[in-house]
Amino acid sequence: MDIYLPVAEVSLDIFVLLGLGAAVGFLSGVFGVGGGFLLTPLLILIGVPPTVAVASSANQLVGASVSGVLAHWRRGHVDFKMGFTLLMGGIAGSIVGVWLFTLFARLGQVELVISLCYVVLLGVLGMLMGIESVRTILRQRRPGGARRRLHRHTWMHGLPLKTRFRKSQLYISALLPVGLGFVVGILSAVMGIGGGFVMVPAMIYTLGMPTSMVPGTSLLQIIFVAANVTILQAVTNHTVDAVLALLLLVGGVLGAQFGTRFGTRLRGEQLRFLLAVLVIAVAAKLARDLTLHPADLFVIPSDNRG
Amino acid sequence: MSGRRLGLALAGFLLLLPGPVRADGVTADLSSHLIAITTGFTGASVVLFGATDGPAEIIAVVRGPERDVTIWRKSKIAGIWANTEAVTFANVPSFYAVAASRPIDELMSPSAAALHRIGAGNLKFEARSDVAPDRLRRFSDALIGVQQRAGVFAAATGKIAFLGERLFRTTISFPANVPTGAYLVEVFLVRDKDVIGAQTTPLVVSKVGVDAAVFDFARRSSLAYGAIAVTMAVMAGWFASLPFRNT
Repeated sequence: MDIYLPVAEVSLDIFVLLGLGAAVGFLSGVFGVGGGFLLTPLLILIGVPPTVAVASSANQLVGASVSGVLAHWRRGHVDFKMGFTLLMGGIAGSIVGVWLFTLFARLGQVELVISLCYVVLLGVLGMLMGIESVRTILRQRRPGGARRRLHRHTWMHGLPLKTRFRKSQLYISALLPVGLGFVVGILSAVMGIGGGFVMVPAMIYTLGMPTSMVPGTSLLQIIFVAANVTILQAVTNHTVDAVLALLLLVGGVLGAQFGTRFGTRLRGEQLRFLLAVLVIAVAAKLARDLTLHPADLFVIPSDNRG
Repeated sequence: MSGRRLGLALAGFLLLLPGPVRADGVTADLSSHLIAITTGFTGASVVLFGATDGPAEIIAVVRGPERDVTIWRKSKIAGIWANTEAVTFANVPSFYAVAASRPIDELMSPSAAALHRIGAGNLKFEARSDVAPDRLRRFSDALIGVQQRAGVFAAATGKIAFLGERLFRTTISFPANVPTGAYLVEVFLVRDKDVIGAQTTPLVVSKVGVDAAVFDFARRSSLAYGAIAVTMAVMAGWFASLPFRNT
C-alpha cells in the first residue's frame, strides 16, 4: 500500500517504511547505537531525496532517543551534568552544521558531501572497531594478556575549566565534552545521525566515563541536538517530513525492543565485530557509488525541482 | 468558457490572416480539471475528449507550471564523480506531454511543430546567464533527457483516437511524482499540415486534505511545524517506553 509523503513529494510503500524502521530499530537495539547511519543511506536508496532523508532522520532520532533515555534513566544510568555540558557544544555544532548544509545545497554539492562524510566516517570507524574486536577475541584465547593501564596522563588533563562530574566519577576540563558535543552536533546536522557511534567510543576512551553511564548520557544529549537540527532544518530548508519520521518511529520502536532482547544473548566483542562488518559494508557500497560511472552524467538536484 | 473560446477563436483568426479564413473548428474538454494528490496517490489519468467541425487531425500538448531549473553536469575529480558545471534555465515547464491522432512528422512540417512548440525536442529554454550556444544546446538536451527519465516529460507521443469522423478522445497519464500547480492543455486542430484552430483548457494539480495541510504548514509556519514535529517524536518515544516500564 503506497503512501504519499507530503514534504518528500514521493509515494512509497508504507510497509517498506515500517519494515525499514523496524530493521534499523532492531539493529540499534542489538548494538546499542542510534542506527541513523544506516537509516539515512537506506532512505536515499529507496527514493527519498537526500535532503529530506537527512532532516527526517533527525526528527525520527528525537523519538528514538527519548525512548532510550527513559529506559536508562530508570536504571540511574544518566549523568545529567555531563549530558548538558555535551549539549552546549552540541547546539553550537548543530547550528554550524545546518548552515553548512544550506551552503552545500546552494552550491549543488550537498549529496556529494553527505556521501563523502558517510564513506570516511563509517570506513574509519568500521576498521577501528573491527581491529579492536578481533584483538579482544584473540586475547581471550591466550590467557594472561597485557592489561590496559587504568589512568594515563595526557595533554587533555592540562586544559582549563576543570569540572567535577560526580555521577561519572570524573574531574576533567569542561572543554573536552563541549568540544566533543560540537563535533557530533555538526555530524548530526549534515548526516542526519545522532553520532552515537562517534560519541560512545569518545566518551569511553577520551573522557574516561564508566561504560554503564555512556549510552544513557549520549542519548540524552542526542535528544536535544536532534530536536535542534529538526527545527533548524524545518525553518531553513523545509526538508522535515513528519509523516515519514512518524512511520519510521513506529517501526523503529518495536524493532528496538526485540533487538535489545536479542543483543543480550551475544557477547560484547562479537557484537562489535558484527557491527564493524555492517558499517564497512555500508561504507563500501557508498564509496562504490561515488567512483562508479554514473548512469546519467546530468542531474537536477531534488531541492530545485520545486 | 464560451468567452475564452471566443477569445481563442479570435486569436486563431488573427494568426491565420491572410490565409484561408475558417472558423475555429475544435471543441475539447477534460473529464476533470483537478488532479487531487491524496495520501494514497500513485499517479492519475484524465480523459481529454472533444469534437471537430469536420475531418481533421488533433494534437494535444500538456504543459505544467513553469519555473527555473538548474541542471548540473558531473565529472570525475580525484576518482570521485562530483557536480562540476551548472546551467540555470528560466521558465522550464515542470511537466510536458504530447498526444496526437497521427505521428507528428506526418501531421505537420518540422518548422510548424517548432513554431507551436510541439514535441519535447522543440522546447526552447533560455539560460539565466550568458552561455555559449553549443553548451546551451548540450545542457538543454540533457535537461529534456533527465526530465524524460524522471517521467515528468513524456518520452513518447500519446495516441488520440477518433470515434467516427469528428469525435476524438485520449487519456493523459500523470506519474506519482507529478509536479503541483496550474497546467494548460492546448488542443490544436490540424488540416493540410497546418494548425488552423486551437483551444486551451486549464488543469490544476494540487495536494488536498491532510497532505496539503501538512505541506502548507511546513512552508508557511516552518518554526511551528518543526516544533510540532519534535513534540510528536518526543510523545512517540515516551509512549513507546511505557509498556516496558517494568522490564
